Amino acid sequence: MSDINTIQNEIIEEFEILGDDKESTIYYIMELGEKLVAYPENERTEDNIIKGCQSKVWLTTAYENDTVIFLADSNTDITKGLISLLIRVYSGKKPDDIINSDLYFIDKIGMGNIIGSQRSNGLAAMIKQMKRYALAYQTKSKAL
Amino acid sequence: MRLDIQHIRELFPILHQEVNGKPLVYLDNAATTQKPKQVIDALVNYYELDNSNIHRGAHTLADRATRYYENTRTSIKAFVNALETEEIIFTKGTTESINLVAATFGRKFIGKGDEIIISTLEHHSNIVPWQLLCEEKGAVLKVIPINDEGEIIFEAFEKLLTEKTKLVSVVHVSNALGTINPVKAIIESAHKAGAKVLLDGAQSSSHFKVDVQELNCDFFAFSAHKIYGPTGMGVLYGKRELLEAIPPFQGGGEMIKEVTFEKTTFNDIPFKFEAGTPNIADVIAFDKALTFVNELGKENILMHEDTLLEYATDKLSTIKGFIPIGTAKEKVSVLSFLINGMHPFDVGMMLDAAGIAVRTGHHCTQPLMNRLNIEGTVRASFSVYNTMEEIDRLYDSIRKIAKLKNK
Repeated sequence: MSDINTIQNEIIEEFEILGDDKESTIYYIMELGEKLVAYPENERTEDNIIKGCQSKVWLTTAYENDTVIFLADSNTDITKGLISLLIRVYSGKKPDDIINSDLYFIDKIGMGNIIGSQRSNGLAAMIKQMKRYALAYQTKSKAL
Repeated sequence: MRLDIQHIRELFPILHQEVNGKPLVYLDNAATTQKPKQVIDALVNYYELDNSNIHRGAHTLADRATRYYENTRTSIKAFVNALETEEIIFTKGTTESINLVAATFGRKFIGKGDEIIISTLEHHSNIVPWQLLCEEKGAVLKVIPINDEGEIIFEAFEKLLTEKTKLVSVVHVSNALGTINPVKAIIESAHKAGAKVLLDGAQSSSHFKVDVQELNCDFFAFSAHKIYGPTGMGVLYGKRELLEAIPPFQGGGEMIKEVTFEKTTFNDIPFKFEAGTPNIADVIAFDKALTFVNELGKENILMHEDTLLEYATDKLSTIKGFIPIGTAKEKVSVLSFLINGMHPFDVGMMLDAAGIAVRTGHHCTQPLMNRLNIEGTVRASFSVYNTMEEIDRLYDSIRKIAKLKNK
């Protein structure tokens, strides 16, 4: 599987093709959300809701072969699209790689301008929560 | 009289810009209206030519600023047809006006076991001050229910009235749905039961003529920024005998007659309620907004807004997946809706990408949204400078968006 930066560069290229048209970019982000792997219903709990998002976002994880698997869902389609980008970058990666990663693709594609400040705060909360999970798995694996 | 909308649009500099590469369509007027050039110029002129503190200064600038400031009060008196200029109190906005009544009328006249009635349609600013007051005083808050169309159930309201009802505080026009409440009948019934009435006029004052004497309301609260005026400036109208009977709101300069360390005597109304240096520039600029409205004529503004609302409602209703929220018989200027299968946030964002500004979410009316079993709506709200062509743009975008989930 490609490393985090290779995936980020792929995403940057995809968004470059879309150009400056905000409307088509938003529609593209929504389409990405449709491809999100179905979220397990038993994980749709209060505890799994990320605080700080205007939309509802559920996030859960599994730890397989020393990598973190992320599953997430939202009640809004654009947020689902954003989640799908984060999952594409982070899911199946080692905790160390996630913790030390620099998510430059978000600035590079001008995500702040596309989604506005409120959703940007939500996106930052999602990234923080994903890194927190990675940190927990890293601590756990070192303790073993 | 039919208004020349293109000419009116020329007066609003902000409208002539592109947003996300498309000409701006501003349909968030229930949140705040844009400001005509005369209002913006008045703000600049004040700071460039007249800035000084009012009422007490012994120099020409202070005298000029005071005169302009008090002119606005006189204009507002005429705007709502109050009996006296002294019945017009300046505040920060509708929210502060309501809080002022809660803190003063509430402090003096609401006691343990007394009842306050509001409606399901209220904005949070006409809910929370009363909850705080009821908690402090041991009073009871009662809520008038609504039907599925978003209209107050009048018979239910009459049943809520008791000899313990001290105040009925209701919204004149719902910000979330556009419903016009039957306030005249509400006021009559409330008065018969011995209760006072506060009207939240934030959404009504910009659209149609408000006559506080004819309505016979005891308090009327509204904001300048929803009537083409500056933000941070609002009004509380109150009947003289009530304003004189209630205690001051905040303590400070301006609101006193004489201060000694033993005792302070208070100034007469309206100054009793206006502690500290007020928002002079915005008050002065608001006068220009009132002139703008008066020159156009409220009946002409209403006729144009009604035409836009009817056109938008009819046209968007033909779109597959379009669900109107709030279908009251008496409505003004607001079209709230959902698109089947889509979250309002997503719809709002896609409209923004198309250069169209609307509001999405619960519109600060969470209890109303709960009653309607929805999280929020998309709200398009119209003003005098909106055009049929802009409604067409809204229609084209909504049709495209709705198609995603309603094939």
